[in-house]
Amino acid sequence: MFQYLALLAYLVFLAFPLVWLLSTSFKPPRELVKLHPTLIPDNPTFNNFVQAFTEQELGRAAWNSLQVSLASAVVTVLIALPASYALARFKSKLGTVALGWVLLSQLFPFVLLIIPIFLVLRQVGLANSHAGLILIYVVWALPFALWMLQGFVRNIPRELEEAAAVDGASRLQTLRRVVFPLLAPGLVATALFSFISAWNEFFFALVLIKTPELATLPVALARFVGIEGTARLGPLAAGSLLATIPSLIFFAFMQRRLSSGSMAGAVKG
Amino acid sequence: MSVTTSTERPDVDRGAGRKPRPNRARSDRMTIYLLLLPSLLPIVALSVFPLVRGMYLGFTDARAGRNVDVNFTGLANYRELLSDELFWNSFKIGLIWAVGVTVLQFVLALGLALLLNQQIRFRGLARVLAVVPWAMPPVVVGILWKLVYHPDAGLLNEFFYQIGAEGLRTNWLGDFSTALPAVIIVGVWAGMPQTTVVLLAGLQGVPRELHEAAAVDGATTWQRFRRITLPSLAPVIVAITSLDFIWNFNSFGLVYVLTAGGPGGKTMLPMLFAYEEAFRYGNYGYAAALGNVMVVIIVALLAVYLRRRLKEAN
Repeated sequence: MFQYLALLAYLVFLAFPLVWLLSTSFKPPRELVKLHPTLIPDNPTFNNFVQAFTEQELGRAAWNSLQVSLASAVVTVLIALPASYALARFKSKLGTVALGWVLLSQLFPFVLLIIPIFLVLRQVGLANSHAGLILIYVVWALPFALWMLQGFVRNIPRELEEAAAVDGASRLQTLRRVVFPLLAPGLVATALFSFISAWNEFFFALVLIKTPELATLPVALARFVGIEGTARLGPLAAGSLLATIPSLIFFAFMQRRLSSGSMAGAVKG
Repeated sequence: MSVTTSTERPDVDRGAGRKPRPNRARSDRMTIYLLLLPSLLPIVALSVFPLVRGMYLGFTDARAGRNVDVNFTGLANYRELLSDELFWNSFKIGLIWAVGVTVLQFVLALGLALLLNQQIRFRGLARVLAVVPWAMPPVVVGILWKLVYHPDAGLLNEFFYQIGAEGLRTNWLGDFSTALPAVIIVGVWAGMPQTTVVLLAGLQGVPRELHEAAAVDGATTWQRFRRITLPSLAPVIVAITSLDFIWNFNSFGLVYVLTAGGPGGKTMLPMLFAYEEAFRYGNYGYAAALGNVMVVIIVALLAVYLRRRLKEAN
């Protein structure tokens, strides 16, 4: 009995803000400024969602985020793929060092990194640009992407490659015909991870992007909070919900691995 | 230094029974470097190098808008930090925040993990729901709770009104006394899922036979928890709480969205303070010095804490 009470308490703590977000996103402006707001909107409306995306800032920001995150995911996977193959199949000190960086890179405050990165990017003319942001997101996702992908490569039995070699396949042919098809789920998972870490990222985007037109979704949403005015809460809530959808897809996809704990260190808040 | 010879151990562990040829090892090493290069190059250029440079900047008077050829000023920044009230304030707030969130998060997550590890109904549903806050972008978590804490249109104040506790209504994020506890709760809400998942995975590694044997010997639930679960879980607990502490100490986005450090600096975490110094006032060197101090503190606290926890565990 006590167990169910505890579970209930937890679910309330968990769900209470979520339900409120959901409720706010369906409320018309008049209900948002009501003295005593209700949990369930009297006249639910989809207007906030429409507004969130037709209003220049959020619509454009979502498009920016999509571009930046997609590019980051593609570039990350492309350069992580050869490296993780090397890490999984050959023993090398360099590999150990690279994997050790995963842990280490989690410990440093970003402010130490951001100032020099900002200076470097400005020197090469990439500050305040999506290209600069993509570069950072790639580097930021790489350690874990390498770590994850080399695990997937290790799971492919080496014998398969040796058998192909015995049958006279060249290294490249082996990779293309044997390794890549088996690696597909791993590549998708890695790409999704990189996509999400870019999609959710706030600090670097806040510092690097100065032109409002180039802002990503988290930055635009944060700015939206700033200008507030109670009537804007509706589109803000709607935009926030929409911004969560890609991550939810990612977590649904990774559910199995998450509950086994092997991924648990990956996504930090 | 010996150059590759035919007798050297090949650093490639390919299938047994194949003899390494003289040039094989060298060409394989070249292949490794070639394959690693596209990843290592950007990591070194945009994370190792900036880190080193950032640490160096902490000993300079680098400022925005000035030439990057900065003057080395030694410990000047650190002397200034020591007498900077705003720094001490942010340091204090950062500690309260990081300890508060980490401890609360751990206690609640451990309870939840123990719960979800049992054969109870709705377990599957609860497990899925439990990770939802984790899936949300930190900025969205901030917005979500801003809506809950909103002084007029917020859920919390309305809840207190409905249960007749009108006196408890307040501007949660804007009030000096409630702002920090309010953001700590949000931190717990956002960080709990990850801790829960890690602890749950750890619990699944606790041998069931031990529990069964102890139960046969008449051990109570509490005794089994104290003597079996907790010791087996100790390494996981040490790892996740220290990581949580570091992540919390370094956190930025959530509180930036909720309060931006206000009211009156009551929620000014060290990262927020550093951000303001660097990008509002342009004091790059000073902000970098603060980053260095944070690294030293984190390493020192971790060393002390880890030593103690490990001793307890043994």
